[in-house]
Amino acid sequence: MSKMMKPSRDVGIVGYGAYIPAYRLPGTEISELWRDGQDNKFLPVKQKSVPGKDEDTTTMSIEAAQNALKRAKINPAKIRAIWVGSESHPYAVKPTGTVVAEVLGIAPDTLAADMEFACKAGTEAMQAGFAFVGSSMGEYALCIGADTAQGRPGDALEYTAAAGGAAFIIGPAEESLAVLEGSYSYVTDTPDFFRRAYQRYPEHGNRFTGEPAYFKHITSSVSALLEELKLKPEDFAYVVFHQPNSKFPLKVGKMLGFSKEQQKYGLLSPSIGNTYAGASVVGLTDILDHAKPGERILISSFGSGAGSDTFSFMVTSKITKAAKLAPKTKTYIDRAIPINYAAYARLRKKIIKE
Amino acid sequence: MDIPRYWRLKSQRYRLQGRRCTDCGSLSFPPRQVCMKCKSRNSEPYEFKGKGKLYSYTTIYQSPDRFEQIIPYVVALVDLEEGVRITAQLTDYFPEQLEIGMDLEMVIRQIYEDGPRGPILYGYKFRPILCPGIES
Repeated sequence: MSKMMKPSRDVGIVGYGAYIPAYRLPGTEISELWRDGQDNKFLPVKQKSVPGKDEDTTTMSIEAAQNALKRAKINPAKIRAIWVGSESHPYAVKPTGTVVAEVLGIAPDTLAADMEFACKAGTEAMQAGFAFVGSSMGEYALCIGADTAQGRPGDALEYTAAAGGAAFIIGPAEESLAVLEGSYSYVTDTPDFFRRAYQRYPEHGNRFTGEPAYFKHITSSVSALLEELKLKPEDFAYVVFHQPNSKFPLKVGKMLGFSKEQQKYGLLSPSIGNTYAGASVVGLTDILDHAKPGERILISSFGSGAGSDTFSFMVTSKITKAAKLAPKTKTYIDRAIPINYAAYARLRKKIIKE
Repeated sequence: MDIPRYWRLKSQRYRLQGRRCTDCGSLSFPPRQVCMKCKSRNSEPYEFKGKGKLYSYTTIYQSPDRFEQIIPYVVALVDLEEGVRITAQLTDYFPEQLEIGMDLEMVIRQIYEDGPRGPILYGYKFRPILCPGIES
């Protein structure tokens, strides 16, 4: 049995776009408040992005999708499916994609659904998009990964739980700026991180989240795809992994035989934190902003619970023009308005007035 | 909850859709059924591009109840490229960045949540233009 997944019709990414909120909370603010600065020198990320008081997964998805549409230059009414992967959908019941579809002019001839698989919900949406276009059920699909991640005050994850997202318009290979060579998904029942219904913050298994979860799933997923494609780490110009902190992606890259240089672009967690369902896919947008025709990209997500999706893409000549048609991911990273913990507590609705 | 009104106004709030008089070409936002210039009742929907300049602004500290969560906030008069002046909230600006005449662009944001159980209302706001070179 072939483990690799690839639709019979060749497909790829026709347009991509990112969105990162403007506000940044330095890790030192959290450290000073909860630990008297004891861990100031060992912060998992330098700072994290924080959504503004009027932002949520829907508004971030809209701007990322608008950027993807600018690059794809297609009639939005031709998009026949919209899937938004997130663990912070604004409504418990009412798909985020309905608002996105209406704003972008995609509605009404479309599917729309929310997806959830912790930090790999965005790549899960992409897998579905490739299958949908690959089976010719529709010409284009819009697949989004975005989150305004929840961090319990004082918890280890508060340093990294950030906000951001990326959108991809999936379409036929001949129109694509990056063609899908193949993908693979690896899923087990591993309760490393979860949030029960009606709970405000997720729970995590501390050190358990490393070896049996993040590292095991990503290495299994990447190794299986490389074996199927008969490719080696050195065949890729760029690689991007899920990035819950600054250290894990570099460590898993080393375990798999990838160099630091291959993560020169796309490793954004040090400056924006962990954008959960947005993390690996926002990294992919940064790589696409810099990629040249003929270069190969590997992306591997990780979602707690747990699973990992890995994709191999070949960049085409369409990238050169498309990259310039919308704001680059770095533009959003550089638009940084620093805030203190008090402002953060208010923006994230941690101060309850009743 | 005012669900029918949210639903009815979604085209203008999501896509800045006004009206264009099919007799004299005048544009209106919010959409008007009768042309302010030639009094014609013939018009068609028109989507504004969402680019404009800051004409004037004020900071709100005492707000209606439903905006209490976001005070202080800035309400601006924005001159759209197409020549229509509209009222909108501003968002995502650096302190001291606001300047009369500065370039602005439309973004979609939460306007307010209708209580913890009601719908979330989305609509246009404006921010300082992010990438001046890129046409939308």
